Amino acid sequence: MAAGKEIRNQIGSIKNTQKITSAMEMVAASKMRKAQDRMELGKPYAQNIRSVVSHMANSTPEHRHIYMEEREVKRVGFIVVSSDRGLCGGLNINLFKSMITAMKGWHDQDVDIDICAVGSKGAAFFNNYGGNVVAAIRGIGDKPAAEDVVGGVKVMLDNFGEANIDKLFLVSNEFVNTMTQSPTVEQLLPLQAAEDEKLQHHWDYLYEPDARELLNGLLARYIESQVYQAVVENNACEQAARMIAMKSATDNAGDIIDELQLIYNKARQAAITQELSEIVSGAAAT
Amino acid sequence: MATTMHCDIACAEQQIFSGKVETIVAAGSLGDLGIHPGHAPLLTALIPGPVRVVMEGGEEEIYYVSGGFLEVQPGTVHILADTAVRAHDMDEANATQAMKEAEDAIQNQGAEMEYAEAASQLAQAAAQIRTLQQLRKKLGG
Repeated sequence: MAAGKEIRNQIGSIKNTQKITSAMEMVAASKMRKAQDRMELGKPYAQNIRSVVSHMANSTPEHRHIYMEEREVKRVGFIVVSSDRGLCGGLNINLFKSMITAMKGWHDQDVDIDICAVGSKGAAFFNNYGGNVVAAIRGIGDKPAAEDVVGGVKVMLDNFGEANIDKLFLVSNEFVNTMTQSPTVEQLLPLQAAEDEKLQHHWDYLYEPDARELLNGLLARYIESQVYQAVVENNACEQAARMIAMKSATDNAGDIIDELQLIYNKARQAAITQELSEIVSGAAAT
Repeated sequence: MATTMHCDIACAEQQIFSGKVETIVAAGSLGDLGIHPGHAPLLTALIPGPVRVVMEGGEEEIYYVSGGFLEVQPGTVHILADTAVRAHDMDEANATQAMKEAEDAIQNQGAEMEYAEAASQLAQAAAQIRTLQQLRKKLGG
């Protein structure tokens, strides 16, 4: 029964793995709920500031801010929001794939690319892949704070302000529902006015203090909030993806255990039958 | 003319208030400003200070914001705060202590804190205390 013992060991080790994956599934499920709450709480601010900025882009300001001007594109920047940890299915890889497609489009036009990676996975991947990673933010954890993203964003905004990059994109996962997360590539800078606005006539805000100072602050805050929201959303995506991945791993482990159990039982039965027939034939011979 | 307008107060982590209001009084970077329905489009920076909201029906609420932006559009007002709290949830003892610490830091310069940092902390603490005083006046009166 040497084979039987081997199979029994295998079943034991798969059972241990199954315990781990099912524990990870439950942890991810509870973290996902919290991450989703956080995402919902942050949404109003992101939406409000987005509507303020699109109002502004539609107005006829006395001062055209540099963030609103379209320039000839020589170099573009990407901010890619990925997770810090793995074991979350195809979440990061799908994101990187769609980013690579976007990057290829720019490469073909002889446009250079700078990358700001949020999350260890993104930094590691693009360092390997051969992207020019100018800033990396790692170890944000489960409770992202707005301050965490400020540094990396500032690098990209300064680059844009000094005309080192001429467009800035945000690449992140959108949380559709627990089962589906879809990668999105969104242009942050130059700002794009929302088209469905009714306020098409010429108007402008009263600015206090002056327009330049105010817009500098507001637009930097806008970009930060969009990136922060993307980080929070990505966190929810990560937990959801991990939950699904771990669930299917647990299910698969169960299937394998069933199969092995069947093989084991058959082997045991065969051994018993063989022993019996040996005994019977031995008795008949005497 | 409409007698109310819609107001949203949100900070990065959550939304604090959303609803119809009659008046808003906030601390703008060039001084306090009051906003009534029909105000011209305005965009302004906010400094740390109280935001007083008179809701539909005349009830008042006071919030504290630590800076941010205020936008007026016809019929709606957005307040994008760095951080915002309900004045009720604030702790006066904490604010007083923070103010004292900031004052000390400015007195003994060159210690651990930068002057600018201490000054902004002082401004925030002072604004918190101002907010609480306003709240007390409202509750007393």
